Amino acid sequence: MKQALKYIRTIPAILLWSLPFAFLLIFYFQPLLANFRMAWQATTTDVLASMSLKVITQPLVFTIWQTILSTLLTIVVGFPPAYLLAKYRFVGKSFIRLLTTIPFIMPTVVVAAGFNALLGPKGWFNLLLQTIFSLDKPPIQIINTLGAILLAHVFYNSTVFIRVVGGAWSQLDPKIGFAARTLGASPVRVWQKITFPLLKPALLSAILLIFLFNFTSFAVILLLGGPKFSTLEVEIYIQALHMLNLPAAGLLSAIQLLFTLVLTILYTRLIKTKSVALTPRDPEEVAKPINGWKQRSFLIGTMSYLIVLFAAPLFSLVLRSFLLTDTNRTVEALADNRFSLVYYQELFLNRRESLFYVPPIDAILNSLYFGLITVGIALFLGFLAASVISSRSSWGKILDPILMLPLGTSAVTLGLGFILVFNSPPLDVRSFPLLVPIAHSLVAMPFVVRILQPVIASIPRELKYSAMVLGASPWRTFWQVEFPILFRAIISAALFAFTISLGEFGATTFLARPERPTIPIAIYRYLSQPGGLNYGQAMAMSTILMIICAVSIILIERLKLPNIKEF
Amino acid sequence: MLSVKNLYKKYENQPLLRGVSFEVQKGETICLLGRSGSGKSTILRIIAGIEAPESGDVFWTNQNLKDIPVHKRKFGFMFQDYALFPHKNVFENVAFGLKMQNLPFDLIEEKVITVLNKVKMQEFSHRQVADLSGGEQQRVALARALAPEPRLLMLDEPLGALDRNLREQLMGELRLLLHASNIPAIYVTHDQEEAFTIGDRLVLLNDGQIIQNASPEDVYQTPKNAWVAKFIGLSNLLEGVIQSTQPLIVTTKIGDFSVQTGLPKNAKLADPVILLLRPDAINMKDSNLNQFQAHVLDDVFLGNQWRVKLQMSDLEFSFLVDEPIPIGSIIKISIDPKQINLLQAEK
Repeated sequence: MKQALKYIRTIPAILLWSLPFAFLLIFYFQPLLANFRMAWQATTTDVLASMSLKVITQPLVFTIWQTILSTLLTIVVGFPPAYLLAKYRFVGKSFIRLLTTIPFIMPTVVVAAGFNALLGPKGWFNLLLQTIFSLDKPPIQIINTLGAILLAHVFYNSTVFIRVVGGAWSQLDPKIGFAARTLGASPVRVWQKITFPLLKPALLSAILLIFLFNFTSFAVILLLGGPKFSTLEVEIYIQALHMLNLPAAGLLSAIQLLFTLVLTILYTRLIKTKSVALTPRDPEEVAKPINGWKQRSFLIGTMSYLIVLFAAPLFSLVLRSFLLTDTNRTVEALADNRFSLVYYQELFLNRRESLFYVPPIDAILNSLYFGLITVGIALFLGFLAASVISSRSSWGKILDPILMLPLGTSAVTLGLGFILVFNSPPLDVRSFPLLVPIAHSLVAMPFVVRILQPVIASIPRELKYSAMVLGASPWRTFWQVEFPILFRAIISAALFAFTISLGEFGATTFLARPERPTIPIAIYRYLSQPGGLNYGQAMAMSTILMIICAVSIILIERLKLPNIKEF
Repeated sequence: MLSVKNLYKKYENQPLLRGVSFEVQKGETICLLGRSGSGKSTILRIIAGIEAPESGDVFWTNQNLKDIPVHKRKFGFMFQDYALFPHKNVFENVAFGLKMQNLPFDLIEEKVITVLNKVKMQEFSHRQVADLSGGEQQRVALARALAPEPRLLMLDEPLGALDRNLREQLMGELRLLLHASNIPAIYVTHDQEEAFTIGDRLVLLNDGQIIQNASPEDVYQTPKNAWVAKFIGLSNLLEGVIQSTQPLIVTTKIGDFSVQTGLPKNAKLADPVILLLRPDAINMKDSNLNQFQAHVLDDVFLGNQWRVKLQMSDLEFSFLVDEPIPIGSIIKISIDPKQINLLQAEK
């Protein structure tokens, strides 16, 4: 009898623990499987025969090409700051650190809008040049070129390089290098024999991660590359939503999935082998002060290009959103333009020629609404998942790697899968309002778990036991003991989930109904339309999104938690 | 062979070294002794060429090493936490310096095996360094520093990370190894016991300056000042004033002391001095010299002697005695006038 009671008591726990599994099964594996099924149908039926193979080969080749180029450029750009941050102490170091966190959480639409505001045909550079030289046409034509794509990818991923490689480098005990020097190794040989081999795992994992991000990049290609460039991601989107050719989209996404799967597996294996016994150092103990003119000019050079790369696009975005330009004139002279709040005021109006059936400001409300629901789902399931992983049971061992899979899966593939699976009531993309936040939760959950799990694991069991021995019920133990310890981590995770939801673009393009756009969707629609008013509203909307995200970053940095792994 | 001349160095705008000079002779092991943060390790790093002094020079025989880079100085360096190469096994770690000399592989192998034998690690040559215990890592680090046959060996607190038992065992081995190798060595430590065991000569460093540079015996018998005395564990210190020089009598809080050792340099009548009462200075026999009353605070059995803690006036002293004394009793002691050092008073 007692035995039976014991089992009954564990039932709620098992139910709770199985929730994250069920969620992943229904909303991640099912759509993924649907993609593969669609791809399989495409190859077995005559759909493929009627289709030009170019639909697949062209995007694939371009995807690989731009990925290689972007990755190489990112390494070149990321290397000096990684070295600088790891090895030196200087005024402004924490500012540079803050700069490098910006891209982590800045939505792609904002970054695309930022580069547009800086270098686009109506951007600052062109406005300035046109004013100075009285030109009719904008002289810089970088938007809709490969250059713009590469630039945005470098913006995003050089921070990955700086963080991963710089982090590993700052953990390297300089004494190891000194020891090699005293044993007769020249600085070059120290690099060859000691530093490089020790950094290699970090270098490789950074490169793989960057490769993966570039490979699955979607919004950047769509917004900055224009119609000329089509990667696998963009082609999936075009085939599914514009051509309504679901079999082709399925086939493309299967190819995409295979690539990302291989990259993700390689990456996780690398992470595991990475932990060769390096005694962790206090990075500040390792860092040296800047000395001499060589180091000083290196510092100034690196800092200035980082500021230009990370801050200039966002800064020009904000400024541009207040600058009213007269689009009827051929020469857009700066002097004739003025600063105003017109673009922000326009967001509240529902004009007939508006791209929406509702005032654009509703997109912001939609985003906030989806964001809050995402926080709820991701926190609840993420907390359960983190507890399961922290319990060190066999459940946790299975869940840990599975949970990270959505990180490597492209959002477009996920969106396509949702369309394929959820097409009948009650779970219908066209009517069920929660599919957007559910997709966002899938993307956000790995981050939530990564933030919560180490903190949960750090709570000693004895703490819980002592509370229980002192007479607290499990429920009270949670609220009185565990929750206060977890509080900062929970807030941090919530902010993360919220910003991810606000900025999510790929899956949302598939799932958001036209009359319920989110902020990124609205920005995309504005940017793809001609006209100064649309452009200005894109800038205004992007600025609003940017500010929300920036506030989140600052809050998360303030809440700085110990022992959080980046990925 | 090595001479260090007038080193000055600042650390975060605070003077760390203020004119440090000393020499190391052939086959000699010197111990740089001082508190942590006293700049001992910095001196080693300057000699190795890892750091540069603000002024001052390092000479090897007669060559100024100023423009010789680290990897061409042929000095061995053993770091406090060993700095073993984590991606190389024991053999590869020890072979590293020899490889840098581009020696043929056979010779490298032979030399590595010889030096691993010396530190009794021959069976570990294919182990990963991460799998070694602290003591084993220490031996590998020593072997790695010795393998290229450096012309000078520097050891930066090489036993600092080990527990007490292991430290005592390795201290003895290290002492024998260093003397057998005949390589001049500079050994940095903050532990006086280690310094006494290892060093042929002690160089005591405080406040960026060398306070005393002498053999361990000299340092123990005649510490230069109260700081040195305290640092090497002689803590029975007492302020006094010279009352008469012939015979030598010093007045203190406790009473007048008759002293039969020398005066500190330049000391004259009515000067303040510090008395150092050596640990063996007391006996319980009646004597007409330096007899005082003391309150027994504690008495600890050490094996062959007892350490008794006494209170005289409001000061506490500890002495070694040959018989137990009941705690709490009041006893009469006499202090041997030959077992008192007079030290310069601190300014």
